[in-house]
Amino acid sequence: MNKPILEINNLYIDYPISIGTVHAVEDVSLILNRGEVLGLVGESGCGKSTLGLSLLKLIRPPGKVSGGEILYKGKDVLKMSGSEMLNFRGQNIAMVFQNPLTSLNPLFKVKDQFLETIHYHKPEIKQEEAIRMSENILEDLGIDKERMHEYPHKLSGGMRQRIMIGLGLIMQPDILVADEPTTSLDVIVEAGFIDLLNRLRKRFNLTIILITHNLGLVAEIADRVAVMYGGRIMEIGSADNIFSDPLHPYTFGLINCIPNIELEQKELITMPGNPPDLVNPPDGCRFAPRCPRVMDICKKEVPEVRMYKGRKIACRLYE
Amino acid sequence: MPELLKVTNLTKNFPVEKNILDVLLAGRKRNFIHAVDDVSFSIREGEVLGLAGESGSGKSTTGRLILRLLEPTGGSVYYRGKDMISIRRKEMEALRSKIQIVFQDPNSSLSPRMSVGEAIEHPLKIHNMGTKGERKEKVLDLMEKIGLTPASFLYRKYPHQLSGGQSQRVVLARALITSPDFIVADEPIAMADVSVRALILELMKKLKAEFNLTYLFITHDLATAKYLCDRVAIMYLGRIVEIGTKDELFGNPHHPYTKALLAAVPVPDPKRRRIEEMPKGEIPSAMEPPSGCHFHPRCLRAMLKCSKKKPGMREVSPGHFSACFLDE
Ligand SMILES: Nc1ncnc2c1ncn2[C@@H]1O[C@H](COP(=O)(O)OP(=O)(O)OP(=O)(O)O)[C@@H](O)[C@H]1O
Ligand SMILES: Nc1ncnc2c1ncn2[C@@H]1O[C@H](COP(=O)(O)OP(=O)(O)OP(=O)(O)O)[C@@H](O)[C@H]1O
Ligand code: SF4
Ligand SMILES: [Mg+2]
Ligand SMILES: [Mg+2]
Repeated sequence: MNKPILEINNLYIDYPISIGTVHAVEDVSLILNRGEVLGLVGESGCGKSTLGLSLLKLIRPPGKVSGGEILYKGKDVLKMSGSEMLNFRGQNIAMVFQNPLTSLNPLFKVKDQFLETIHYHKPEIKQEEAIRMSENILEDLGIDKERMHEYPHKLSGGMRQRIMIGLGLIMQPDILVADEPTTSLDVIVEAGFIDLLNRLRKRFNLTIILITHNLGLVAEIADRVAVMYGGRIMEIGSADNIFSDPLHPYTFGLINCIPNIELEQKELITMPGNPPDLVNPPDGCRFAPRCPRVMDICKKEVPEVRMYKGRKIACRLYE
Repeated sequence: MPELLKVTNLTKNFPVEKNILDVLLAGRKRNFIHAVDDVSFSIREGEVLGLAGESGSGKSTTGRLILRLLEPTGGSVYYRGKDMISIRRKEMEALRSKIQIVFQDPNSSLSPRMSVGEAIEHPLKIHNMGTKGERKEKVLDLMEKIGLTPASFLYRKYPHQLSGGQSQRVVLARALITSPDFIVADEPIAMADVSVRALILELMKKLKAEFNLTYLFITHDLATAKYLCDRVAIMYLGRIVEIGTKDELFGNPHHPYTKALLAAVPVPDPKRRRIEEMPKGEIPSAMEPPSGCHFHPRCLRAMLKCSKKKPGMREVSPGHFSACFLDE
């Protein structure tokens, strides 16, 4: 395969708060290959959005990247200047956020949101050209171009979500970071959205990072899956491997604690206990206090990420 | 098993309020939201009936009507044969301790100023049950059973000091403290993290067996409905379009809407990626539901008459009903 389009090496992200420091992302390394969909999964607060935001250098101070590098085609994103960053966002990498109603400006018509975005990145583009670009992308998204003249609240949830995607894609970025893009959608609309993402990725050769705690969604669309827990990567592998043979005890728990409509389940796997406190994380493996297979050594040293059976895994059971 | 609850022709229209946004959205057309439209079903003692469907289909409104947290526009609700709509207020108050509801978001349904102990005890106080000492004992005992342990420690905690799983347990404990026999659970796990969901589902199963409970389980997740329920009803725009046992509904679905919903559920298995064609568009407004079969504008198999007449419920196999002209 070619060189990865994005390479994250030993990334650390902290949020200083009154009682200490939240270690939201710790020692995360990840590569992204061109044209793939990477599912980034894990439960609430494990650092998914923080990691996603850092790729666009959007961590709000006092939060900060305290170590590591993010290489986009070999160039360190974290070292880009302000003006480089403005171009980079939108044109190379774009992000779509969780709630389309709060991230679309309610005071502007759809058309104006597009024109604004285009003008921001490329002020030299003329208005007629910008309108044509917007109409084209709306057509790709299956939205009637007459809808351009509506305000966001007049549109259905699914349409708003597609418009968000449209705004993200209008400058033709290579990478789309989609943070919980379907949480506000119903299943049928969500299914349509998955189809849409699949079409877009082919059409634009998009690379997608899909952040979600919906494992079903990831199974539908992701090529590879990265599982996070307490700010750290637990396991990364192909979607097939991760779902058919989850090795890390946390991945195993995560996949087997959800009802699966295809199966006759008598009981769900449960994981008693709570996610770790990221201000004072437990020593050793972050998952050790909840792990059904915990050993003495797990509580002492953080397990390193190693290759095992074609995937990367951070667990003492596989050394 | 005898029938515990029976709902017949239940209907609820909400008048649309005339604020600016509503005027904008509704124009000058009809001014009612048809939240629940002629809904009938029954639940046997010890059964779990699932009420599933997309957002706005009227699931929560149905649940609230059963508890009479809302007054119906029409129809009846019978609890153990008693007509709940026409009984006197006093009798209703007595029944209230027997029928409880659990809501979606534990954080907004718990008062931040009430400790765990006070919150769980509260319904006992309202219903004047037991002395102070007896009530405390009962609360601690239930906390143990529900896994809120160590009980004497958590008893004094406040909601902000609890984890998501603990908060949802408090909500469950509060619903169970008056020894009800029927619980309406309105998306009790929707806001929870995946691992907490599993804990709550398993707990609800255990409690059902232990306290001999009957549930109306409201969810938009069909996989969860299949896991927990004995029978499932599918709602669309205020109407039940299909109802049947779990095996029938999931193994032999009849209504095109049920089929679409089932096909849309993402399966946590990359080898089973979806191929079916999805219905077009989204749920229309409940203010102007489509004529005839509400689903006809999105249905891939709609026929001419579907937009003209409302299809009646037909028994497609014993105990399995579907409201679709294809089943005539
Ligand atoms: N601005 C902030 N200040 C302080 N702490 C923060 C801030 N943003 C996030 N955190 C903390 O960092 C950790 C990771 O948060 P993040 O939002 O990245 O998690 P997530 O995996 O996206 O969760 P969710 O699934 O709930 O969206 C959490 O413990 C969170 O409380
Ligand atoms: N108090 C109310 N006043 C006016 N309209 C209401 C009221 N409560 C519900 N509705 C409307 O009634 C319809 C049914 O709502 P309901 O909350 O019962 O749906 P639901 O199936 O529970 O949806 P969800 O899955 O989103 O919880 C919706 O169109 C809703 O907007
Ligand atoms: S390292 Fe130990 S505690 Fe962590 S997941 Fe593996 S077995 Fe469990
Ligand atoms: Mg997030
Ligand atoms: Mg509801």
